[in-house]
Amino acid sequence: MTDTTLTPGSVEAHGQHSGHNLTGFIIFLCSESVVFLAFFSGYALLKTSALDWLPPGVEGLEWRTPLVNTVVLVSSSGTIYLAEQFKARDNMALFRGFWLLSMAMGAYFLYGQAVEWSGLQFGFTSGTFGGTFYLLTGFHGLHVATGILLMGLMLIKSFIPGNYSGGEQGVQATSLFWHFVDVIWIILFLLIYVWQ
Amino acid sequence: MTIATFPPEPKPDPGWSRYFGFCTDAKVIGIQYIVTAFFFFLIGGLLAMVIRGELITPASDLVDRAVYNGIYTMHGTIMLFLFIFPVLNGLNNLLIPTMIGAPDMAFPRLNAVAFWLVPIFGSLLIASFFVPGGPAYSGWWSYPPVSIQNPLGHFVNGQGLWITAVALSGVSSIMGALNFVTTILRMRAPGMTITRMPVFCWTALAAQSLQLIGLPALTGGAIMLLMDLSFGTSFYRPEGGGDPVLYQHFFWFYSHPAVYVIILPVFGIFSELFPVYSRKPLFGYLYVALASFIIVGLGLIVWVHHMFPSGVAQWMRNLFMVFTMLIAVPTGVKVFAWLGTIWGGKLQLTTPMLFCLGGLFNFVFAGITGIMLATVPVDIHVSNTYFVVGHFHYVIYGAAVMGIFAAIYHWFPKFIGRMPYEGLGKLHCLLTFVGANLNFLPMHPLGLMGMPRRVSSYDPEFTFWNVVASLGAFLLGVSIIPFLLNMVSAWIRGPKATHNPWRAIGLEWLLPSPPPEDNFGEEVPTVISRPYGYGTGLPLVEHQDEIERRLDLQEASAA
Repeated sequence: MTDTTLTPGSVEAHGQHSGHNLTGFIIFLCSESVVFLAFFSGYALLKTSALDWLPPGVEGLEWRTPLVNTVVLVSSSGTIYLAEQFKARDNMALFRGFWLLSMAMGAYFLYGQAVEWSGLQFGFTSGTFGGTFYLLTGFHGLHVATGILLMGLMLIKSFIPGNYSGGEQGVQATSLFWHFVDVIWIILFLLIYVWQ
Repeated sequence: MTIATFPPEPKPDPGWSRYFGFCTDAKVIGIQYIVTAFFFFLIGGLLAMVIRGELITPASDLVDRAVYNGIYTMHGTIMLFLFIFPVLNGLNNLLIPTMIGAPDMAFPRLNAVAFWLVPIFGSLLIASFFVPGGPAYSGWWSYPPVSIQNPLGHFVNGQGLWITAVALSGVSSIMGALNFVTTILRMRAPGMTITRMPVFCWTALAAQSLQLIGLPALTGGAIMLLMDLSFGTSFYRPEGGGDPVLYQHFFWFYSHPAVYVIILPVFGIFSELFPVYSRKPLFGYLYVALASFIIVGLGLIVWVHHMFPSGVAQWMRNLFMVFTMLIAVPTGVKVFAWLGTIWGGKLQLTTPMLFCLGGLFNFVFAGITGIMLATVPVDIHVSNTYFVVGHFHYVIYGAAVMGIFAAIYHWFPKFIGRMPYEGLGKLHCLLTFVGANLNFLPMHPLGLMGMPRRVSSYDPEFTFWNVVASLGAFLLGVSIIPFLLNMVSAWIRGPKATHNPWRAIGLEWLLPSPPPEDNFGEEVPTVISRPYGYGTGLPLVEHQDEIERRLDLQEASAA
């Protein structure tokens, strides 16, 4: 019998196999944002219905140092974007430079967070204010730490020859994750520090 | 691309051992899911027998009251998180790749991890029977403040294990959902546009989208519950300024859509099976498919109907009542489409068809009591009574589990390669249908009379209906015997199945039974028409006659 030829579409369908990772990662981020949405709405609900929101002896949160941290974290979205642009132009040295800079900015943010935590007058058992404050900042901090780890992993991978010729989904995904972490922080900063 | 070498030479059977290991083949994982789910189904069923045994007399005489609390909590938890979700994920694993012509899932390793989490959190949940203080006793919804009590003060306690297990179940389901959605969106056969996709894939896509949106909220709520229970926070603790109703919002924001996660794939099963056994195209394919997504949208904004008596504002009650009733519209579209499919068809009353008809009957009944429950005044009257218990058992057992049995009998020949026995199957169907109605119908009059749920003793005036319900429950227990007998004996020595014993239309029926490991491999046929072309003579794929001829030849030479 003769070979029956099918449309070339099926070749493409299999060629796309590696593209699934990014699709899956974007779906994951959408899903992950619902956890934050749940925490944010819980925070807003508890805050608006509370009789005594702040624990006794706490005047409110100092917002100037966190604002500096915010600026650093949000700017790192810019540096990681630049890194991606350099990678697209095959300038690996500048890619690694800006990538490392973004990591350092993330690390600085975490350091600032730790310093802030250690100077606070309340713990996570201090009413719903303390609980939600540490839950939100802690859960977000965990994401920042994860982001830095992912970036480290991608940096190491960039030294494997040929690893980034074409398939750089890991870089794209990490960068997306980092933008996600930044956007979440902006909402968090508005909710916790600005809305007092 | 050619179909020159299709179908491939059958490989020697890789043996039993792969079912017990970390295997990344979706078809193996599917069977792992289903078998594991039925293992837990037997445990959950045994607990149900104890509950109905306790309730056959008005006095609390079979088990201790505290033990009874643990038993109904674990019954609900096991049946939902360890039976229904895993068994549906098993069907998804078997059906989605074969129906869309993909060689495997998009992320096979993630798929295997998602499965292996099931026995892990399952063991964790079962282990809670043996910790000091016994298992969780606050009901499957675990409302605070009951669920944040730890009277014995042990750090490892039943409630803590319960929350951990549920959170792990959420992680596993999210992994599964990511996989199913990506697979459906990115790996369909050439020519299979979204409007040529089988309805089961539509409903799976809808249900798994709900998982992705809803589950994170429950996981977030569960983390806060665990912190309240074990680390002294007061998110839900009124004495610390917390709000127990907040937990109810988190819980029902997921757990109401969870009902649609369960029933949508069953709608998919009905939509696949009615055309096959009526020999007619599915009536209103596109509307049936799109109605799934209307159910998703509405399903996300009805959760407060579980909280009408929890002190929510009147405007919220009214709003959520209206949204809840609106769901009857897309659901009605589906029910009438199935009736339109059956109407005037050449009905073949096989076991899967009988299960579908029984399931549809029960579903319509559950839909009517559902509308009653959505009505605020009725709901407040029957809240926390047996009326609610009867309603959701009609949905879950009467409709969803019967649909799942239909799917198992229908696709068993495809994935096992052997035919289940019709006689045992029909006996199973009869016992299930009669048992379920005998068990769950009396719960409605009981609820209207005012019998509260979750009690081990009751007023003697409720005795009659409780005895009937218990007898029905024991009949349901017995109904599992022909099922297990059928599955085990058919798997071992049932007659060999051809590639398409039901003369069904679909990509999965163009594969040998059981399908080779990578399904069509590189030779995926091009889809040229909509599914369910029964009686129209339209081929589903290019070169369909040639593919079928070769499959027939292969079967003839094997025989």
